[in-house]
Amino acid sequence: MPMTITEKILAAHAGTDQVVPGELINAKVDLVLGNDITAPVAIKEFNKIGSADVFDRERIALVPDHFTPNKDIKSAEQSKMIREFAREHQIVNYFDVGRMGIEHCLLPEQGLVGPGDLVIGADSHTCTYGALGAFSTGMGSTDIAAAMALGYTWLKVPESIKFVFEGELKPWVGGKDLILRIIGDIGVDGALYKALEFTGPTIENLSMDGRFSMCNMAIEAGAKNGLVPPDEITRAYVEGRYRRPYRFYQSDPDAEYAKVYKYDASKIEPQVAFPHLPENSRAVSEAGHVEIDQSVIGSCTNGRIEDMREAAKVLKGKKVHRNVRLIILPGTQDIYLQALEAGLIEAFVRAGAAVSTPTCGPCLGGHMGVLAGGERCIATTNRNFVGRMGHIESEVYLSNPAVAAASAILGRIAGPWEVK
Amino acid sequence: MEFKGRAWKFGSDVDTDAIIPARYLNTSDPAELAEHCMEGAVPSFPPGFKNGDIFVAGKNFGCGSSREHAPIAIKAAGVSCVIARTFARIFYRNAFNIGLPIFESPEAAEDIRDGDELAAEAGTGIITNLTTGRIYKSVPVPPFMQEIITAGGLISHVSNRLK
Ligand code: SF4
Repeated sequence: MPMTITEKILAAHAGTDQVVPGELINAKVDLVLGNDITAPVAIKEFNKIGSADVFDRERIALVPDHFTPNKDIKSAEQSKMIREFAREHQIVNYFDVGRMGIEHCLLPEQGLVGPGDLVIGADSHTCTYGALGAFSTGMGSTDIAAAMALGYTWLKVPESIKFVFEGELKPWVGGKDLILRIIGDIGVDGALYKALEFTGPTIENLSMDGRFSMCNMAIEAGAKNGLVPPDEITRAYVEGRYRRPYRFYQSDPDAEYAKVYKYDASKIEPQVAFPHLPENSRAVSEAGHVEIDQSVIGSCTNGRIEDMREAAKVLKGKKVHRNVRLIILPGTQDIYLQALEAGLIEAFVRAGAAVSTPTCGPCLGGHMGVLAGGERCIATTNRNFVGRMGHIESEVYLSNPAVAAASAILGRIAGPWEVK
Repeated sequence: MEFKGRAWKFGSDVDTDAIIPARYLNTSDPAELAEHCMEGAVPSFPPGFKNGDIFVAGKNFGCGSSREHAPIAIKAAGVSCVIARTFARIFYRNAFNIGLPIFESPEAAEDIRDGDELAAEAGTGIITNLTTGRIYKSVPVPPFMQEIITAGGLISHVSNRLK
């Protein structure tokens, strides 16, 4: 029977030739991930199991990135708990402050996830790694605790939905805009429990960083995972990074999909998602006059080097509006360094931006840019729920980095073409 | 197991930031989390809420983050079970793993009014509206998840296996 990429990866990890949507399987995991919010709960549960050790100390990644460098005593205690667990179990892939990054920027960059892998993480945006042609999905802490002990997890094989993009992207349009458009069309539960496959000539020409942004937000449509068929762009990214042998899986031409959506990508404009759901997306040109107090460029959606370059293109030689605080967070130490060497950081600071060490920080209203009541923020993050970045009467608008940069300069939601 | 309580109604797409805002996630203590339960959906926990009361919501309940703190906060706040039209995937899994009973029932979610007295039976998935006398069925739980419940949650299930 023909299968999709998702089905093939799941079958391979369940040790069988064939799986069908709806089937429950026990699948081996290649990597298990936790962060400073979810790992403490997972560690508590792990200790209850009473199995002395983790299944493989090289296949667990612990990344304290949400409230780090720690913002208060309680969060410091949580990080300490992970640190001690990592030492006790000699976890190889533990990344502390100074070496860390936002987990979903960091793991691919460090070569810890590769094509054909099955990865689970106690973080909903674990679905990001689908950009590499992997199956990856978010779960809760207890599931992660069980997988840390067993090395496998149970999964229900999802049906797949295919998106086919054709046509050349307009200037200033990237992966973020494509995924915001999709979520705008199908809704925040439009792909509940499903696998998303992003395909077509537009995607074949999309950069790795653009693909990460797309797969990152699969969860915002309720999906289990999102992925891009691996190709030469994938190969160029993983060569020299990924240390295990990897495998490219492709969907069979006659594989079955629950639905197929076709897009003319050349018609898609830069998008902005209005409060308080990612599905409230519309073209920036139709945003109207929305003044902002803050702009945030970073996160696991858009904190990669290409995002930094896009922002710098707009910000170089310009000044941030006097009513706006612009906060820029490179996703990892390595991205920070690349941005530094390329002169992007200097351009940001000269423009009047605050540049931070890698952290999730403001994305979840943690620290480094929490909003007061009535404040409005445009952000390159992935969620604009009520109170996501602070006060329940604050507002978050989602966009790509160029739009967030232009808005910071003009003091209102604006396209980069408006910056003179 | 039967749960009885008053219905507290919520809309659709109640997200995990509404259930337990991230700013409180510098702890995993259930009692502390319970204090902030639903802060983003209702300004303060509904006055008149009694232990054992039931949340009833529209589609996609618990969407957003994977934080297990969300079902933990609801459970620790004293909610006996949650009925919704549909649940977001990760929330669904987490609820089973930590032992928060949930019922997926589009008809119940539609028909139940705020303040109705309810009885929900975990084994059969039958929900009775004691106020109106109506009876609703919920979507059956996959047998595999029944096993987890019978074992007393995922962790005991895993411990049994490793023995
Ligand atoms: S950047 Fe935001 S969405 Fe991404 S992992 Fe951090 S908190 Fe979650």
